[in-house]
Amino acid sequence: MNRFGRITHTAPIVHLIALIVLAALLMAGLAGTEFALSRYLANAIGQLAAFAVLAISLDLIWGYLGILSLGHGLFFALGGYLMAMYLLKHSFEITGTVPDFLQFMGWKEFPFYWDGFEFFPYALAAAVVITTLISGLFGYVSFRSRVGGVYFAIITQALVYVAMLLMFRNDTGFGGNNGMTGFTVLFGWPMGTSGMITALAVASLLVLAGVLAGCNWLVRSRFGALMLATRDDETRLRTMGYETLRLKLIVWCLSALIAMLAGMLYVPQVGIINPRVLSPELSLEIAVWVAIGGRGHLVGAVIGALLVNAVKFWLSFAAPEIWPFILSGLIVLVVLVFPNGLMDLAKFKLVRPMGAKRLAADMGEARP
Amino acid sequence: MSLTALLVDGLTVRFGSFRALDDLSLAIDYGEVRAIIGPNGAGKTTLLDVISGITRPKQGRVLFDGAIDLTGLSEAAIARAGLRRKFQKPSVFEGLSVRQHIAIGADVGFRARLDAPALEDRIGEVLETVGLVDQSHRLAGELSHGQKQWLEIGMVLASDPKVLMLDEPVAGLTDEETERTAALVRALKRPDRAIVVVEHDMDFVERIADRVTVLHEGRTLFEGSMAHVRADAAVVEVYLGR
Repeated sequence: MNRFGRITHTAPIVHLIALIVLAALLMAGLAGTEFALSRYLANAIGQLAAFAVLAISLDLIWGYLGILSLGHGLFFALGGYLMAMYLLKHSFEITGTVPDFLQFMGWKEFPFYWDGFEFFPYALAAAVVITTLISGLFGYVSFRSRVGGVYFAIITQALVYVAMLLMFRNDTGFGGNNGMTGFTVLFGWPMGTSGMITALAVASLLVLAGVLAGCNWLVRSRFGALMLATRDDETRLRTMGYETLRLKLIVWCLSALIAMLAGMLYVPQVGIINPRVLSPELSLEIAVWVAIGGRGHLVGAVIGALLVNAVKFWLSFAAPEIWPFILSGLIVLVVLVFPNGLMDLAKFKLVRPMGAKRLAADMGEARP
Repeated sequence: MSLTALLVDGLTVRFGSFRALDDLSLAIDYGEVRAIIGPNGAGKTTLLDVISGITRPKQGRVLFDGAIDLTGLSEAAIARAGLRRKFQKPSVFEGLSVRQHIAIGADVGFRARLDAPALEDRIGEVLETVGLVDQSHRLAGELSHGQKQWLEIGMVLASDPKVLMLDEPVAGLTDEETERTAALVRALKRPDRAIVVVEHDMDFVERIADRVTVLHEGRTLFEGSMAHVRADAAVVEVYLGR
């Protein structure tokens, strides 16, 4: 029981965090031995962890605050692009290789706004500031005008689409339609080695564990209770003296920052970023991961992201053409049968007997 | 005699060509339980919407405590000034427990300001008042209709409001629940608190109200005791004598 007296079942999330940390430690410990994972598998685990972080960012705002964003790919891409800028500038400093897109444009040097990106703390700070500014401005304007529900979702979708069109332009100095690739050095170490792949995967797992723990703390705090209250009846909470605009803005920006972090983890592992990350389909898919896993449950978001992407990784070899059908089928299944995603399945077994008992008790109470 | 808690002054609210409130003026004093009655569309809920900041009036103002004009303030600022309202449709947070509701009502702010023991005391006191002590750990979504009504009253009561507005507190309640609610409302009466009740149930109104304001087409038709209301020919005409 926490301070609010709500009985909290912390076990599943604590187990999940412990499991993730254990997996990270195992991967780090076994690196270089004969038991080490293959490069492909280690890389896949790292990418999945980044996607899980992305799913948590959406679950925070959608599951706990009731605000559906269909444009979270924007913040993911922001982190990804700024990380790529660091990687290219840093690689150029060490190896002297001029990135493809600069050669393609016939430019002799980096545009002025690339200054300082060879320095990682600067790139990280830029990512945090730009993400906060964009999400803050967009959130403030939307929430102040009390735009919500499907209208907000549609606007976010439009926003990510506009960003995609912008990034497809070749003259912006961000790689244009080919994007950015050819990262060779990270923090002074050569990329693409087994050690680097393992290190990135371990880092992603640890960030995932940290984000999970942080979000779990947040949603169980008084602030988290206010988030749920905003989700359930915002007018009711406002007429109790709470400025829900501020609350929504804080969570929205936090969610955007977590998505940004996921993008920063993702890009060095996949080795490329291009405007297709900003396509509305990816942003929609994030919502699907969360819906399938069970929105309003951090564990559900992680499981949803892992499950859907694991199937996708596998199918992209086995039968890429049927993937859209599988995805659509899953959505239909979730909407029609499991509105709370896989969490409904869990309830089926574990909570049902309790629920049935409670129902009987209610009926007993109702009888005079 | 007593100080005016709310002074409604020349309030006009229009929805398209429909005048929900039409140059309405009335005064509600501290220490009284005021019932506002009237047929559907008379403007009762609209009046509460304006007072709580949800609807902006076209003309007029609402003075709280004789000094604060509420018509320009946000809902949250109005609530923090000491005016709380229970909505017509029971509005509770389905995903939160009964205790969490009272905690949110008792202590405004993103972080708790009351220390833990003080908050515990307050929660216990309020749950006792609204009779939900046994339900304190249940989720609001699992409560019965009547319990939700009381939970919402408890949640607005927890802040110790100076003006308490109740929009149809006994709608959909059984006779026994209505009886308990009437006793509760009478118990909440205090010299430094004004209670405004919008209600259709005339027997309930008779039991709780010190004075009754009858609204009709956005204007005050009559004001006085329930006995006088029942005797007034105009009121009987538009409302009671259907």
